[in-house]
Amino acid sequence: MKTKYLIGFLIIIAAIAYLAFGGLGNSLVYYVLPSEYAENPARYEGKRIRLGGLVKEGSIRFDPRTLELEFVVTDGVVEIPVRHEGTPPELFKDNQGVVVEGRFDGKVFKGENLLIKHSETYQAPPTGGYTPDEVHRLIEEAK
Amino acid sequence: MNNAEKPSKLDPTSRALLVAGLLVFAAGQYLAFKAPPDVQQGYLIRILYVHVAAAWVAYLAFFVAMTYAVLYLWKQNPAYDRLSAASAEIGLVFMLLTLFGGMMWARPTWGVFWTWEPRLTTSAILTAFYVGYFLLRHAIEDPEFRAKAAAAAAILGVVNIPINYMSVYWWRSIHQTATIDIINRKTHMDASMLVAMLVNLLATTLFYIAFLRIKGAIAARLAEREEWDG
Repeated sequence: MKTKYLIGFLIIIAAIAYLAFGGLGNSLVYYVLPSEYAENPARYEGKRIRLGGLVKEGSIRFDPRTLELEFVVTDGVVEIPVRHEGTPPELFKDNQGVVVEGRFDGKVFKGENLLIKHSETYQAPPTGGYTPDEVHRLIEEAK
Repeated sequence: MNNAEKPSKLDPTSRALLVAGLLVFAAGQYLAFKAPPDVQQGYLIRILYVHVAAAWVAYLAFFVAMTYAVLYLWKQNPAYDRLSAASAEIGLVFMLLTLFGGMMWARPTWGVFWTWEPRLTTSAILTAFYVGYFLLRHAIEDPEFRAKAAAAAAILGVVNIPINYMSVYWWRSIHQTATIDIINRKTHMDASMLVAMLVNLLATTLFYIAFLRIKGAIAARLAEREEWDG
């Protein structure tokens, strides 16, 4: 047995055990749905959790000067207002799947990290490319 | 240092496979760059063509490593042990490429390089397992014991693959499910994107077969020399 490789091997075994029993256990319920929160709000109060759902249509309010972002996460049953600071990711829009890391502050969820969950469906834009009007609108939106 | 015999060049089949792989890869890249952007994420989708191809080879290589491990335990031929190790090594390289490509894709789409969600956590476990596999090989000096322990590890390691593949279906994750959905027999992508993806898959598979042959030949040569030196 070559000792240094054996030590390395044991470290890897420990790392796998840690990931499998600690890490995987935590990531198995990767996010909590709004209706699950509503069933038992006390369970999640003050704890750092991930809240998952869809961005409610028309609920996005973003102030580019203060970078304050407000929107509502819904699972179709329960709606939860989210407050987050920072520029929203590129794919952030109405009806987009999101996972927000943060904690509840009363009724409002304070996001620390905003993640996008996109689908496995990939499609070309309807016309096969952006029309000049669409490009113009995208540039306007990005301002 | 001074070998009387000049080391032979690549065998013709391996060379043909490498050349074919390069040509198909060039065609695959051409098709990937010709394919339309995705309506959601635009040109970022191009990472998919290499990310999925790399992940496929990693799965394939670990599966082949298991097959050769079973053959070794059955026939006790050291050549099977060498091929098993060679396949696991290629698998680990492609797994690291998958992780790297995935991180490059995750940052602009999901918003983070890494998050501990089921697909990523099981991928980390899968990668760590095969790093452990090589540490185990290096830790054991007796060739026969090493081959047997490594074979056991290579067989055990394959358990990770279905867990990793199914993780996006079994648990809530941020990683999207398979675009070529084998379970529901559906494909969720434009035909031109699908063709580009399949051509890239073929290219990396050809690379894999060529690498395995070359790696196996090198390992055989090294084993021969070790025997010579005593």
